[in-house]
Amino acid sequence: MSSFWNIWVWVLTLGSLVGCFLLLRMCLKNFAGVEEGESMGHSFDGIEELNNPLPKWWSTFFLLTIVWAFGYIALYGLGNWTGLLGWKSSNQGILNLAESKAKTLEYLSKDSGVLVQYDREVAAADAKFGPIFEAYAARSIEDLATDDEALKVGQRLFIQNCAQCHGSDAHGTTGFPNLTDKDWLYGGTPEVIKETIMNGRIASGMMAWEGALGGDQGVKEVAAYVISLSGRSVDPELAKAGKAKFALCAGCHGPDGQGSLALGMPMGAPNLTDNVWLYGGSKRVIEESIRNGRAGVMPPWKDILGEEKVHLISAYVYSLSQD
Amino acid sequence: MKNSHEKVEKNVGLFFLFTVFAISIGGLVEITPLFFQKELSTPVDNLKPYTALQMEGRDIYIREGCSNCHSQMIRPFRAETERYGHYSVAGEHVWEHPFLWGSKRTGPDLARVGGRYSDDWHIAHLTDPRSVVPESNMPAYNWLNTNTLDGEITGRKLETFNFLTRNRSHKDENGNAIPLYTQAEIDGAKDAVKGKTEMSAVVAYLQSLGHALK
Repeated sequence: MSSFWNIWVWVLTLGSLVGCFLLLRMCLKNFAGVEEGESMGHSFDGIEELNNPLPKWWSTFFLLTIVWAFGYIALYGLGNWTGLLGWKSSNQGILNLAESKAKTLEYLSKDSGVLVQYDREVAAADAKFGPIFEAYAARSIEDLATDDEALKVGQRLFIQNCAQCHGSDAHGTTGFPNLTDKDWLYGGTPEVIKETIMNGRIASGMMAWEGALGGDQGVKEVAAYVISLSGRSVDPELAKAGKAKFALCAGCHGPDGQGSLALGMPMGAPNLTDNVWLYGGSKRVIEESIRNGRAGVMPPWKDILGEEKVHLISAYVYSLSQD
Repeated sequence: MKNSHEKVEKNVGLFFLFTVFAISIGGLVEITPLFFQKELSTPVDNLKPYTALQMEGRDIYIREGCSNCHSQMIRPFRAETERYGHYSVAGEHVWEHPFLWGSKRTGPDLARVGGRYSDDWHIAHLTDPRSVVPESNMPAYNWLNTNTLDGEITGRKLETFNFLTRNRSHKDENGNAIPLYTQAEIDGAKDAVKGKTEMSAVVAYLQSLGHALK
């Protein structure tokens, strides 16, 4: 704050406090020219105005608020003066996260003379919870998946951060994978689950195939073939024509539609033979998927949650598909 | 000083003036100096202006009253930053006209919702919130899927923002202000949004929120 605004704040604040005090003092004096408790000389419908003083409790409290204000200013400061506590709620005025971290470290040291309420709060919480998370982070995901306490923490984190898409029971919904069914797009080992949560899965997705398949008829044929892969009955003519065109799909889904995971390729193309459907298994939806493509995205969480929490969530998710 | 306060008590106009004076002191002390604080007019390093599509999405966000139930202001409490991320700072909001901080959280804070969910999730959620969050009481906004943008005034919106933020933009190495939008961006704004759905605009806007401090 420039010195002009600093003076502005000081003058107006102290001025209004002194003003309040003078006003109170004036109002405590009897200058009406009438004895205390006597009539002021007018009466309406028999109701008289008497010259009563301000209630003692009220004027005392008013005075106390003024005293309180000076104490408050002394502790919390005014204008550019930070007060005896050096108190701030947070580090405003930072221009990037690195600066925020640097300020936090600087002010957390006792001799900085600055008390940032938020940083103190976080440091206190870190001192309390940090060792707990650290201990969990040092253990393997398989190990944590058998620890009820760790799973409770993992479940709580899951419900707060993952349930919006995957559901509070992790059963997923249309377009968002079920995490309990042992059917994985990228793999269900502890390492892969953690990798998925940490860095997300921003696949290129499935492209729209209508053009490459020669229009609507091609889409219908391939859809019929895809439906037949999971053992449902379809028009054999359509499926046969679709099978011929499936070579285009085999690049990701594999020659037999068994999915990219079975082929060891990290592209998240689902297994088409197991009757598990991310977007729905009806003829209409499968045709829609082929016609327009699909591009599911799992956001990366490492910057939002940090590795220690992701580790616990990974253990929880891993535990869901263990019997 | 005989009964001088009678003058105030019997004269409504004078009483009004004194009242306004008394009330304005708080504002003069707490608000006026803020207009002249450097840190409140300096954008954070990574702050990027809204694209044409995001700008249209922001206007739809305003039109649909999203800020009645969603704040965009993470306060410096651990309970909030654990859930939403780093607390909001002034430099993230210096280009906002109007501010969309909101004051009520029927739904969660959205100041850093960008990148938290996929586009698909936002579309599913805005079309039918209960399809992904069963206990949600948010209304469905399914018309966003069918309304399309014509982009007739998108360019002028960008121009207006150039004007409004002229003293608060990033500076180049010589200290000259860099306008938020170049003339080419303003000219191309219509084509950038024309024919797109309102849904795509709102999702683009939501995905941009909080980008500057991540």
